[in-house]
Amino acid sequence: MNTLTVSPSPHVHSSDSVKRNMYGVVIALLPALAASLWFFGLGALTVLLTSIVSCVLIEFLIQKFVLKVPTTITDGSAAVTGLILAFNLPAGLPLWIVVVGALVAIGIGKMTFGGLGQNIANPAILGRVFLLVSFPAQMTTWPVPGDADGATGATPLGLLKEGGVGALSNLQTSDLLYGNIGGSLGEVAAICLIIGGLFLIFAKIITWHIPVSILATVAIFSGILWGVDPTTYADPMFHILTGGMLLGAFFMATDYVTSPMSHSGMIVYGVGIGLITMLIRTFGAYPEGMSFAILIMNIVTPLINTYCKPKRFGEVVKK
Amino acid sequence: MLKTFSIGGIHPEENKLSAGNALKQFKLPADIKEVKIPVAQHIGAPAQPVVAVGDDVRVGQVIAQAGGFVSANIHAPFSGKVKKIEATTGDDGKPAMMITIAIEGDEWVETIDRSAGIKREITLSAEEIVKKIGEMGIVGMGGARFPAQVKLAVKPGQAQALIINGVECEPYLTADHRLMLEKSEEVLIGVKILMKAIGVSEAFIGIENNKKDAIDLLSKLAAGYPGIHVQPLKMKYPQGGEKQLIDACIGRQVASGALPISVGAVVQNVGTAFAVYEAVQKNKPLIERVVCVTGKPLQNPTNFWARIGTPVKALIEAAGGIPEDCEKIIGGGPMMGRAFANIDVPIHKGSSGILLMSKEESKRGEIANCIRCAKCVSVCPMGLEPFLLSKVSAKSLWDMAEENHIADCIECGSCSFTCPSNRPLLDYIRLGKGKVMGIMRARAAAAKAAAEAAKPAEEKK
Repeated sequence: MNTLTVSPSPHVHSSDSVKRNMYGVVIALLPALAASLWFFGLGALTVLLTSIVSCVLIEFLIQKFVLKVPTTITDGSAAVTGLILAFNLPAGLPLWIVVVGALVAIGIGKMTFGGLGQNIANPAILGRVFLLVSFPAQMTTWPVPGDADGATGATPLGLLKEGGVGALSNLQTSDLLYGNIGGSLGEVAAICLIIGGLFLIFAKIITWHIPVSILATVAIFSGILWGVDPTTYADPMFHILTGGMLLGAFFMATDYVTSPMSHSGMIVYGVGIGLITMLIRTFGAYPEGMSFAILIMNIVTPLINTYCKPKRFGEVVKK
Repeated sequence: MLKTFSIGGIHPEENKLSAGNALKQFKLPADIKEVKIPVAQHIGAPAQPVVAVGDDVRVGQVIAQAGGFVSANIHAPFSGKVKKIEATTGDDGKPAMMITIAIEGDEWVETIDRSAGIKREITLSAEEIVKKIGEMGIVGMGGARFPAQVKLAVKPGQAQALIINGVECEPYLTADHRLMLEKSEEVLIGVKILMKAIGVSEAFIGIENNKKDAIDLLSKLAAGYPGIHVQPLKMKYPQGGEKQLIDACIGRQVASGALPISVGAVVQNVGTAFAVYEAVQKNKPLIERVVCVTGKPLQNPTNFWARIGTPVKALIEAAGGIPEDCEKIIGGGPMMGRAFANIDVPIHKGSSGILLMSKEESKRGEIANCIRCAKCVSVCPMGLEPFLLSKVSAKSLWDMAEENHIADCIECGSCSFTCPSNRPLLDYIRLGKGKVMGIMRARAAAAKAAAEAAKPAEEKK
C-alpha cells in the first residue's frame, strides 16, 4: 500500500496562474505592438527591447543581490511592466533614458515595496511620469508615423492644447483608429488596443468594470462640454481615441495590484480616473492626464477597498 | 428557462466518469466476516448504543438510539451477532465509536416491506410522517448528514416551498444522477411525502443541465404529481449549496446567519427524498445508499448500492482496486470532500462518493505572492473577500475576520480553486471561521448568563 496524502479541500485547482495572466496581457498587447513597429520602425523596436530587457534584468539583479530572495522573473510581470513602460514612451527616445525609466519603475515602483503584489502604484506609470517630469523635452519629441527621416510633430492632444479645436481640422477619425498620428509607441493605434482589450475581457483576465467606467465617464464629461460649446471643446470620440486613453483604460488602470478588489470599487476607481483625466486635459497645463489620473487613483485604492465592499449574499433580502 | 444563483461561482471540469453506469447492487465478499457501524453518522449528538456485546441483531433493527434532539437512530445494516462496541480509528484518523457486527446470514426485521412494487398512496398524516422519518434514522444524504426530521419540524404555514437538491454540482459524483434516472417514481413519491410533512403545495426539483436525461425523465413523470416542478439550472458550482439553491430556484436570499425557513424554504436532497419514500411507504430504515466510486486512476468507476458499514476498501476493490499512482482518496467530491486519513473504515449515511486521485491531479501548485487580481472576490458565492479573510486569519486578527463576515463562508473552495497564485485561501479561512464562531458562541453564552444573573430573584423560579 502506498501512503496517501491528506490535505483539506478543495482537492482540485483551476490551473489558472500568474504566468497565464501576465502572458495573456502580452498577447493582448501584440496587435498594438505590431502597429507601433509598422509606424515607427527601428526607433520603436530599440525602445521596446531596451525597456523589457532592463525591467527584467533590474528585477533579477535586485532579487538576487540586494534582497537575496528567489528570483521570480519568469512569472512575466517584469516583462509586462517593461512592455507597458515602452508603450508610454516616444519612439527614438535616447536609450539611457529608457533604462532610467525602467530603474524607477522596477527599482522604486515595485521592489522597494516588496515585489509583485505589494506595490502601491503602477510601476510602469511611475517610471513614465518620472521621465516626463525629468526629461520633458525628450519625452515630448514625437516622431511622425512612417517618416524615416526623423521628422517630429505633435500629438492630437498637443494640437488641441496649443491651437484649440480648430487645429484638429486636418485630423481624420480613421487616422486615430489605425494610429497614423503622433504619440507614444503603444497609444496610437486605437483599433489594435480595442482588440487587445476585448481579448483581456473574454479571456477573463480582466473584468469590464474598470475600462467601461473610465470610458463612459470620459464620454459623458466631454460630451457635456462639447454639447455646450463644440467650437472650444473636442468631441467624446476624439477624447476616447487619443492620448493613451484606451491603453490606460484597458491595460494600465486594470493592473491587478493597484486597482480595487470589488466590482463597485472598480467602478468608483474608473469614474475617478475618467474625471481626473478630463479635468487635466480640459483645464490643466498638460495636454494629457491619463497617467496622472491612474497614479492618483492607485493611491486612493486602499481607501476604496475599505469602503467599497462586494455585495454580500443575503444582504438585501429579496421579497 | 435556465436559472442559477446570483453571486459568484466557478466552472470546474465535470469529470462525471460514471454518469452512464447503471446502479449496481454491491455484494459483500464472503471473506469479510464482520462490519463496523459508526454511532456518529450525522451532525449533532452521537447515537447511544442500545445493544450489548453478544446480542443477535437483524437487518433494520435499531442498534443505537438518537442521543438528542439533533441526532438520528442507527439501524443494523447486516444481521449477526454484536461482537464489539468500542472506539476505533475513524476516517479522519481520530477515534470513533463503532458497533462491530459479526455477520451471520441476512435476516431482516419482519416489519420491513421488501416487495418490489411501488407504493403510491400516502396514508400517514404529516405528524406521523415526520415521526416516522425520525424513527428510520434519515439524514441529509447529499453529504451534510443533518437529521431530516429536524428540518421538517416546521410550524404550520411557516414553509412555502420545498426545494429538492438534484444539482450534484461536485465534479465526478453521479450518485444522485443515477438515482433520479433509475428510481424516478420513488423520488417523486418521496417529494410528495415531504410536501405533505411540511404542508406545502409546491416543490421545485433543481437539476443542472448537464443531466438533461434526468431533467427530461423527471419532468415527464412530474406531470402526474401536481405541484412538483422540475427546475433546470445552469451549470455552476456551488449550486448545491443550500442558500445558493434556494436563490437559484425561487429567487430568495437567506440572510446571514438565518435558516432557509426564514424565507419559507425547506431543502432536501433527492437521495433523502428516496430514503423518505422507503421509510414511509416501505417501513425501511436508512441502511443502504448509493455510493459513487470514481476517479481517473480507477479502472471501473461504478455507482454502487451498498449497505451502510460496507468497508471502503471493499468498494474500491470492486471498482478495480487501488492503482499504483493513487495519491489521495477522498470521501465526497473534489471540491468539498474530505481526504481519508484512514481507509480501513466503513461507509456511512453521507458517503455520496469515494474519489481516487492521482498525484498529478491532486498536486497543489507552488504558492506565489497575492497579486490582488480580485478573482477570489469575483467567484465567492457569498460575496465575501477571501483574500482579506485569509490574510486576517493568518495574522490571527479575529475581530477583523468577524467584521468581514467570515462566519458566512460556506467553505465551498471556489477561492482556492481560482487563485492564480495557488494561495491556500480556504485553509486559512476555515481556521479563522472556526475561531470566530467559537468566540461568537462564547459571547452569546456569556450574554445569556449575564441576562440570567440580572433578572430579579423571584423571576428565576
